[in-house]
Amino acid sequence: MSFLTVAFAALFYAATLLLVVGLARRIRLYWKTPAPLKIPTTPAPTTTGGVVLRMFREVVFFESLFKGAKWTWLFGWIFHMALFAVLFRHLRYFQEPVWGIVAWTSPLIKYLAFAMIIGLLGLLGRRIFVDRVRYISAPSDYLMLFLLLGIGVSGALTTFVAHTDVVAVKSFFRHLMTFNFATMPNLPSDPLMIVHLGLVALLMIVFPISKLLHVPGVFFSPTRNQVDNPREQRHIVEWARKLEQ
Amino acid sequence: MAKAEFEIPELKEYPEIPPIQPGSMAHSKPFVAKNPDFMEPLGYPAELVDNWQEKAIEHMGDLLGKYRSLQVFLDACVKCGACTDKCHYYLGTQDPKNMPVARQDLLRKVYRRYFTFAGKYFPKLVGATDLTQEVLEDWYSYFHQCSQCRRCSVFCPYGIDTAEISMAAREIMDRIGLGQKYCNEIIGKVFKVGNNLGLPEPALADTLEGLEEDVLDDTGVEVKYPLDQKGAEILLVTPSADFFAEPHVDGLIGYGKVFHEAGVSWTLSSKASEAANFGMFIGSYENMRRISLRIREAALELGVKRIIFGECGHAWRVAYSFLNTLAGPFDFLDPNYPVPQHILEFTWGEIQKGTLKLDKSANDHMVVTFHDSCNVARATRMGDEPGGQFTIPRNVIKAVCNNFVDMDPDTIHEKTFCCGGGGGLLTDDLMELRVKGAKPRMEALKNVIEEHGVTNMAAICAICKSQFTKVLPYYGMGMDMIVSVHQLVSEAIVLTGQDTGDDDEQEDSTEDAA
Ligand code: HEM
Ligand code: HEM
Ligand code: SF4
Ligand code: SF4
Repeated sequence: MSFLTVAFAALFYAATLLLVVGLARRIRLYWKTPAPLKIPTTPAPTTTGGVVLRMFREVVFFESLFKGAKWTWLFGWIFHMALFAVLFRHLRYFQEPVWGIVAWTSPLIKYLAFAMIIGLLGLLGRRIFVDRVRYISAPSDYLMLFLLLGIGVSGALTTFVAHTDVVAVKSFFRHLMTFNFATMPNLPSDPLMIVHLGLVALLMIVFPISKLLHVPGVFFSPTRNQVDNPREQRHIVEWARKLEQ
Repeated sequence: MAKAEFEIPELKEYPEIPPIQPGSMAHSKPFVAKNPDFMEPLGYPAELVDNWQEKAIEHMGDLLGKYRSLQVFLDACVKCGACTDKCHYYLGTQDPKNMPVARQDLLRKVYRRYFTFAGKYFPKLVGATDLTQEVLEDWYSYFHQCSQCRRCSVFCPYGIDTAEISMAAREIMDRIGLGQKYCNEIIGKVFKVGNNLGLPEPALADTLEGLEEDVLDDTGVEVKYPLDQKGAEILLVTPSADFFAEPHVDGLIGYGKVFHEAGVSWTLSSKASEAANFGMFIGSYENMRRISLRIREAALELGVKRIIFGECGHAWRVAYSFLNTLAGPFDFLDPNYPVPQHILEFTWGEIQKGTLKLDKSANDHMVVTFHDSCNVARATRMGDEPGGQFTIPRNVIKAVCNNFVDMDPDTIHEKTFCCGGGGGLLTDDLMELRVKGAKPRMEALKNVIEEHGVTNMAAICAICKSQFTKVLPYYGMGMDMIVSVHQLVSEAIVLTGQDTGDDDEQEDSTEDAA
């Protein structure tokens, strides 16, 4: 095994561990932290089913963002939907056998890499050119966009310009996933793929310690996930109940 | 036009998003609660404690563990900027720290520094900073430039509610001994006397007697405004401004007439002679709870079956959303009615039942528009359907008034703009902020005046009413444009046995309406 292969194997195990443990701890924290008062932004659904629907609209259509900022919504929504599609297509690098739907949609989805990049460039443009958004941006906000752009562009170049040995890459990851080191092939020392994978590992590492926490966060937001029924049902949490004794 | 030492924003036909002007409101700070009497009764140290930095971080940790909203909101923001042009204080002052996300960042940058990995090890990268004297000053200044109106939370993809952040920040400041005079003094009065204005029981009784006489003179009908009447069916809890301020008191007269015609017995309470609950503004669960418990006690002592709240925005939030949590369960009240109810729910119910005789033409000299109060619009409901908080007040107005027009759809319902004086900022030491913060609402109002000849704006919040009365003149509009919704009801109601005929006692509406 080449040094590169060993290094990347170690890197991906570490990144996966940090991602999973980091996220799990964060989710546990959100879960455990009580919400003492009913604070849904109204008008809000009066049933749990209604809340599920509201959340669905937020996660899939970015409903509130749509109300608030049409351009950001457009670029942001394009970026996210393309991202999810691209990730879906990536299943084929990890599955054996590959699901029919993945194989079947794959030739189409690969073009969505451009949608993802355009969305990211739009968001970057807004961050640079709108004075209000520039004011609230920290270096990390730009870097996050560059990181995703780096992943997207390196991936697209591999797909459309300088092909890599996809079979070898896949085999490497299959071996990682099954902890099978004996027959592990070398990772192709193709600079684009190295960049792609390196940046992906970085993304995984920063995920639980950055604003990417918006992913679990959106589901725990009390203004969006609470049912509007304070008069019908008494809502009280443990620490508040203690005040009553 | 009223005089001012600051520039009054120019009203435009089409709202525009102004460029940022850093630091333009850094000087705006409300008076600090220097008197220990304004701090200690609320459970706070009398003055800034010596180790305030350490303590502030400790209290931040405490609140992070108690409020999921705070924890999630501080983590989740992606700086997308959708909220940046949504705050009336930003639109009116152009100070970028009045953009909701920037306001949150004042707290978030300290949170990151002390509570997150990235902020501990890479502070520059993620914009984390130590809690310095300078930061504390920014906190005091800008967390008192948020009216906790929740408009930002409507547009944020994660529902991040800057009001929650402001409340937490104010609670932290109070706990280290840096309190705001206006709010804390008022809470002290509630604990001592029973209401925000410090009106003692005899003064209240006097006022109510006066109202009874006024109504008798006007209508020839004996409408009662009872106080502390044991065994009454309904306890009415209303903001104390309703007892004497204009146009609030005309609303109170209206409630009494509605109850009278509905044939229900009701009473006010001298113990719970205040619907307002400033405990919410300072983000203090404990104080909010203590204030709320008076209402429970009053209901028990008077043996009432129902509780109804008068016209007040934040009070309705505390009542509708929090009362059951803070002072419940209310299993000793009549289970056939929601606890508590809003006076508009009651009045609308009576209108639907047909118990009220209404003469709409009594309000024909007005063209009315309606200001949705932020807390009612975005933090509560009326009736059974989501959005009842928008339809019920409008239904009632339309039932008593022939001419009704809504303002620009981007400024009503859930997108309503704050009056500029909510959230514990209704104090003279924040006049510049209040005037500038009213700009978006004033703009929308001016447009309906010009396009539709609107003469009056109805409101259902004591703070909105007081704030508008004060700021309308700065924008060249008449302070008496603002009316209570139940004032309109009161005008239109024809009491059983009322001597009709002379209608000329009606007050004139504003002249400067085009
Ligand atoms: C449940 C899944 C997700 C939801 C509902 C969601 C939602 C959103 C929304 C509404 C925004 C704000 C608008 C925008 O700037 O696009 C946003 C921003 C962002 N999201 Fe997501 N997201 C999700 C998953 C992800 C994932 C998996 C990633 C990255 C791996 C990601 C990366 C980003 C980034 C970097 C931004 C900031 C864009 C900027 O700088 O303007 N999101 N997300
Ligand atoms: C361990 C995780 C990943 C592996 C092994 C991987 C591998 C690959 C490979 C082998 C290609 C080239 C495909 C070809 O030539 O047909 C590719 C393309 C691409 N990758 Fe990744 N990738 C990973 C994660 C990601 C992530 C997290 C993103 C997005 C944030 C991403 C975005 C892209 C894009 C946009 C393309 C080009 C379009 C496409 O082929 O679908 N990749 N990736
Ligand atoms: S809650 Fe209202 S006042 Fe406060 S930041 Fe949001 S929009 Fe501005
Ligand atoms: S809208 Fe929400 S996520 Fe976007 S910048 Fe404002 S607070 Fe942050």
